[in-house]
Amino acid sequence: MSETAVDDAPAPIPASPKVGPTPRIVTEVPSAVDRRFNAVTMGAGISVLVLLLLVGGFLLIQSSDAISQTGILRFLTRTEWRTDVQPPAIGVFGLLTGTVLVALVAVFFAVPLSVFCALAITEYSTARRRKWLIGVVDLLAAVPSLLFGLWGFLFLSDKMVPISRWLSDNLGFIPFFHTEQNASLTGSIFIAGVVVALMVLPIITSVTREVFSQTPAGEKEAALALGGTRWGMIRAVVLPYGRGGIIGGSMLGLGRALGETIAVALLLPQVPQRIGDSIHILQNGGATVSGFIANRAGADSFTVSGLMAAGLVLFIITLATNMVASVVVSKSRSGAGVDL
Amino acid sequence: MTDLDERALPMTDSGILLAERPSVGRATIIGGPPPGAATLEAKGACAWFGERLVLEGVDLIMPAGQVTALIGPSGCGKSTFLRLLNRMHELIPGAALDGEILLDGDDIYATGTRAQQVRMRIGMVFQKPNPFPAMSIRENVLAGLKLARLKCDEKDDLVEQSLIRAGLWKEVRDRLDSAGGALSGGQQQRLCIARSLAVQPNVLLMDEPCSALDPTSTRRVEETIDELRGEVTVVIVTHNMQQANRVSDSCAFFLAAENQPGVVVEQGPTRKMFENPDDPRTLDYVEGRFG
Repeated sequence: MSETAVDDAPAPIPASPKVGPTPRIVTEVPSAVDRRFNAVTMGAGISVLVLLLLVGGFLLIQSSDAISQTGILRFLTRTEWRTDVQPPAIGVFGLLTGTVLVALVAVFFAVPLSVFCALAITEYSTARRRKWLIGVVDLLAAVPSLLFGLWGFLFLSDKMVPISRWLSDNLGFIPFFHTEQNASLTGSIFIAGVVVALMVLPIITSVTREVFSQTPAGEKEAALALGGTRWGMIRAVVLPYGRGGIIGGSMLGLGRALGETIAVALLLPQVPQRIGDSIHILQNGGATVSGFIANRAGADSFTVSGLMAAGLVLFIITLATNMVASVVVSKSRSGAGVDL
Repeated sequence: MTDLDERALPMTDSGILLAERPSVGRATIIGGPPPGAATLEAKGACAWFGERLVLEGVDLIMPAGQVTALIGPSGCGKSTFLRLLNRMHELIPGAALDGEILLDGDDIYATGTRAQQVRMRIGMVFQKPNPFPAMSIRENVLAGLKLARLKCDEKDDLVEQSLIRAGLWKEVRDRLDSAGGALSGGQQQRLCIARSLAVQPNVLLMDEPCSALDPTSTRRVEETIDELRGEVTVVIVTHNMQQANRVSDSCAFFLAAENQPGVVVEQGPTRKMFENPDDPRTLDYVEGRFG
C-alpha cells in the first residue's frame, strides 16, 4: 500500500507565472447506470412540475371568460354570485371568507388534538401501544371524506347544536359567535370546521409524530437526568425541537382544510357570505370555494368559467400556504424531517 | 491576558484569581436536594437488557465527597452501572435490574421513591455534550430548576456560581443570553456540568465526559472535578487511565468475559489499583496491556 502511494506521488508542480492558487476543475463522469437512473428520477420530478403548470394553465384559460367579463378586482372583492341577472354578477370573496373560516376552525381544533395525540404516541406509549395507535390514526386517514361528510351531516350536526347554543349564549358578545334570533344552528361553519378538523387530524398527527420521534435522545435524557418529569421534558425538549414540524403539519392541514370538498358541500348551504353582513359561524349559512364548485358543476358555460376562476384562486391560495409553510419549516431545526 | 500568563497565576480554571473570586454566598434553592455530598452504595446490583444479563452482583461503595472512577474495557457494563445509579437505566425499553442502590442509606428504587427525586439529587453528565440548543446559556444553567420545579430567588448568583464551578464563567459571562448550542464542544460539556451543578446535587455521575473533548477542555473538566471534591460525590466512567489516575480517589475495575455479564474484578484506592493491584488482570489493564 505504502509502495503504491510512493509510486503515485504527483510530480512536482511546475512553477506558474500566476500569483496565488487557483481552484482546479474536477469533473466526474457518471456511470451509465447512474445516468439512466438520473434521467428517470429527473423525469419523474419534472413531470410533477409540468402537471402543476398544466393544472394552473388549464384553470387560467378556462376562467379567462368569466374574469375578463367581470374584471379581476371585482371578481376578487364581490361577495354575491348571481348568474340570473344580466350582466351576471359573480365574485369569489364570499366563498373565500367561508373557505378560510372553515379551515381556521378546523385547524383550531385539529392542531392541539393532533399534537397531544402525537405526544401520546411518541412519549407516553409502550412499543406495542404505539404501533396500535399509529394504526388507528392511519385508519382515520383512510376513511373516505364522503363518509365524514355524511356522518357530520346526519349524526354530528344535531349533537353539536347544544354546544353552538352554549357558545352563542355565553360568548355571543364576540361578533363571530353571535347568532340571530331563531336562526337554525345546523349547517354552520362551526360544525363544518369541526368535521374538517377530524379529516385533517391524521395528517397533522402523522407529521408531528414523525418530528417528535426524531428528537435527539441525548437532550431528552439530559432533561430527565436533571429531575424533570416527562411533561417537563416534553416542554423543554420535544416541543421546542418539534416546533417546525407542528407549524409545518398545521399548514399542511390548513392546505387540506382549504380544499376539502365533499363534507362542506354536504354540510353548508353554500350561499356565499361575507364578514360584516351576515357571517355568524355558529348558525346556518356559509359557502366554500370547493363545496360551491362541487354543488354547481355542470351549469352553463359562463358559470363553469366562473367556477374555474374560483378554483384558480383556491389553487393559488393553497399553493401559497404550502410554500409559506415550507419556508417556515426549513428555517427550523426539525424541519429536515418534514415533507411538505 | 495571554495563555501563558494564565498558567503562571494561581487561578481557578474559570480564570478568576482565587483572591478575587466573588464572595457571593451559595444561592439557596427551595425544595432542592439536601446540602452536602452523599454516599452511594451498590449492593448486589444486576442489570438486564431484555433477556441478556449485562451486569452481575456489583457491590461498590462510592464515599461522600470523593471521586470514584469506573474503569474497564468497552462493553463491560460501566455505563450501565452508572445509569443504574440515577435510575436512567429503567428508561430503556426492556431494561431490568436487581439489587439495591443506597443513597445515604436509602434505596433509590424503594417503592414510593420517585425517579425524578432521585435524579434531582444524583445529577448526570453524558458522553456527548447535550445542552438544550433552543435555550440561552443562562436558561440552560437554570433548566434543571424549571424541570424539577424548584424555586431560587438569586437566579443570577446561581448562574454565576454554577458556571464558575464548571470553569466556564469567564468565557461566557458577556454572552449569557446567546444560544447554548453555539458554544464549542468543550464549552458545551462544561455548560452541561454547570447545568447539573445548578440543581446542587449530592452526587454527580459522569459518563466519559471528556471522550469527545480536546485536551485543553479535558484539563478544565478535570480541574472542575478536582474542585468538586468534598462538595459533591463524583462517579466518573473513563477509558483514559491517566485521567482515572489523576482525578479519582478510588477505582473500580469492571470486566466482562466473552458472553458473560460484567463484574467488578477489583476495587480500592486509586494509588493501590494503579501501583500494586491484587488481581493481575487489573495490572494488565491499567498498564494498557489489553482493553
